[in-house]
Amino acid sequence: MTTATTSTSNMTGKPAGDGLRFYGVWLIGVISLIVLPMIFSSGGSLTSFSLIGIAIVFALSYNILLGQTGLLSFGHAVHYGLGGFAACHMMNAVVSHGWPIPLPFIPLFGGLGGLMFAVIIGWVMTKRAGTVFAMISLGIGELVASSSLILRSVFGGEAGITTDRTALPKMFGWSFGPQLQVYYLIAFWLVLAAIAMYALTRTPLGRISNAVRDNPERVQFIGYDPHVVRYLAFCFAGFFAGIAGGLAAINFEIANSAYLGAIQSGLVLFSTFIGGTAYFFGPILGAILVTYLQLGLTSVTSVWQLYFGIIFIGIVMFSPGGIAGLLMMHRPLVRAGTLWTVIPSYFVAVVPTVALACGVILTIETVARYSGGEAINLFGIAFNPKSPMTWLSAVVLVFGGAFLARLTWRRIADAWDRAATVARDRGYLA
Amino acid sequence: MLELIVISTLNGVLFGMLLFLLSSGLTVIFSMMGVLNFAHASFYMLGAFFGFQLTKWIGFWPALVLAPLLVGAIGMAVERYGLRNTHKHGHVAELLLTFGLAFAIEEIVSMIWGKSPVDYRVPALLDFPAFTIFSTNYPAYKIFMLAVSVVIFVALLLVLKRTRVGLIVQAALTHPHMVGHLGHNVGRVFMAVFGVGSALAGLAGVIAGPALVTQSDMAASLGPILFVVIVFGGLGSLPGAFIASLVIGLVQTFAVALDGSLASAFGPLDPSSGPSVLTDIWNVTVAQVAPIVPYMLLVLILIVRPLGLMGTRES
Repeated sequence: MTTATTSTSNMTGKPAGDGLRFYGVWLIGVISLIVLPMIFSSGGSLTSFSLIGIAIVFALSYNILLGQTGLLSFGHAVHYGLGGFAACHMMNAVVSHGWPIPLPFIPLFGGLGGLMFAVIIGWVMTKRAGTVFAMISLGIGELVASSSLILRSVFGGEAGITTDRTALPKMFGWSFGPQLQVYYLIAFWLVLAAIAMYALTRTPLGRISNAVRDNPERVQFIGYDPHVVRYLAFCFAGFFAGIAGGLAAINFEIANSAYLGAIQSGLVLFSTFIGGTAYFFGPILGAILVTYLQLGLTSVTSVWQLYFGIIFIGIVMFSPGGIAGLLMMHRPLVRAGTLWTVIPSYFVAVVPTVALACGVILTIETVARYSGGEAINLFGIAFNPKSPMTWLSAVVLVFGGAFLARLTWRRIADAWDRAATVARDRGYLA
Repeated sequence: MLELIVISTLNGVLFGMLLFLLSSGLTVIFSMMGVLNFAHASFYMLGAFFGFQLTKWIGFWPALVLAPLLVGAIGMAVERYGLRNTHKHGHVAELLLTFGLAFAIEEIVSMIWGKSPVDYRVPALLDFPAFTIFSTNYPAYKIFMLAVSVVIFVALLLVLKRTRVGLIVQAALTHPHMVGHLGHNVGRVFMAVFGVGSALAGLAGVIAGPALVTQSDMAASLGPILFVVIVFGGLGSLPGAFIASLVIGLVQTFAVALDGSLASAFGPLDPSSGPSVLTDIWNVTVAQVAPIVPYMLLVLILIVRPLGLMGTRES
């Protein structure tokens, strides 16, 4: 994987301007979080923003494992779900006991719930890294998800645990009934968690996690125990995933066994990997994209999960650095001023690539809707899934698009090589 | 009681042998290529659905041969065009590729055949009770399944122990690089092994389909158990996979058949204490716990012996 390049190069010897730019990026992020609901104030978009915020915290917490420490987990939703349940139980306890704990503090208890489980099970799980860890995490995920249906008094069985966020003590006069107030609560925790997780990558622990990811043997030689480092990283990831779960519990006012399940674990893996694990902002991009697609595609097609799978496979095969990796690839070219030599070949490639994508979409939708006979609406053009014309155009688009796209991709690679050579000569590319 | 033991032992061995059909391929693929094939259970599901469709078109017996071949061909294509290109990005990328594939295959299957179970029936030729013990009819089809699994097991053993190809595969289990240095076309061996492993999974699907439920979530429900089997047995160890398959098959079958709970063994709890975690655990029956038993075994073995029953390799 390309994770070896993670943020080690850009940290030494920062010029003064970089600090300004660094805080500028964070400031822009915070301001856009505040301003967004003022621009898009409809109920639907507020709900979407809230979900995206939760997904970002969750994906960032997952990247502590996958990107930072190199641990591929298939059961990260366990911490998310347990955090959600912890938050729900805490909210109900606050209401029934009359404790003076307002709602904004609840996600912290969610985090503690996720942390607790990580502390208990993590020591056994992180004994081994790599593939074995991946399988164990899958097993533990299944164990917890199945157990949640048996331990009805804690997890509420199939129905789950419900709660009422407005019944908690008020803070600044906010009842957190309206979605807008919940959005700001989520945005607040998002900023807090993002800063904390970014700071974590800058600590000695964050650095040694990177070392454990890249070469555990050498970490042992310099006197650290990789097992302990993995365990600590696992605990932090569990804590932040629990916070995300707590936010979700506040948002939906329910926690059920679906929070803990394999689907949730798969989604966070998709978000993080599609976004890119090598950069801190990668999972943020991924979470935004995946949540947006999830919300947008469900209304358009019944097989939206298949598109996820295909996008994911495409990213794994052709761009293991994710979207962030693709974007950051261009940085040396921008600095060297050779990017303009590559841009034209991108434009040439757009048409056949889009044709290929349309062909794939048409094929999938034809198969999906064949028995139903429902028309396919692709960019305003209606296709009948039973007509041979549709099949023919799908075949032509797929094969013609693939053939031409391959040629144009080769062109991009050539142009890229030339531009990179120039950038290397000018000293911007290692 | 004796009836339950005999029937459950038969069923457990049968389930164990089915698991071994799957886990043997998975283990050999993992040992040789270092790839944990997440889509292995999906190949099993494809086998079941191909078997169902081909049975409808050309009958069960041709389907029994054709469906595994088809699945094997798909497996080889996945290795040739997917895994080989992803290899340069490392094992995590390969694992993620198969994860994405498993996801996509499940979606494609439910897109074509729907989400509800399909009507995949036992062939008429085998649809009779083989024998009757303790007033229970034991279906002939299950005996057939057992026979097929045993035949494949013996064939696999002979190929691995007695042929030149088996020698290369065995050598590659422990010293994959050395095999390459000795001049064998490792790429082709990988592709063949991946194809055979997928075909075995497909075969398991074809014969298990009529006896179990054939529907689009069968891969997702069996996949995790498969991983438990190969971790439990020790990664890369075929004998370990065999023992673990039988153990998990038997344990799960017996657990499903038992109806006891702590409450029935020790009497009910004091009802005045109200519902709590303790009452949940106290009242749950062994049959209800059956789905999580394999995972409990997994946690147990990780604490006691992290390498698995017969594992020798660290990764």
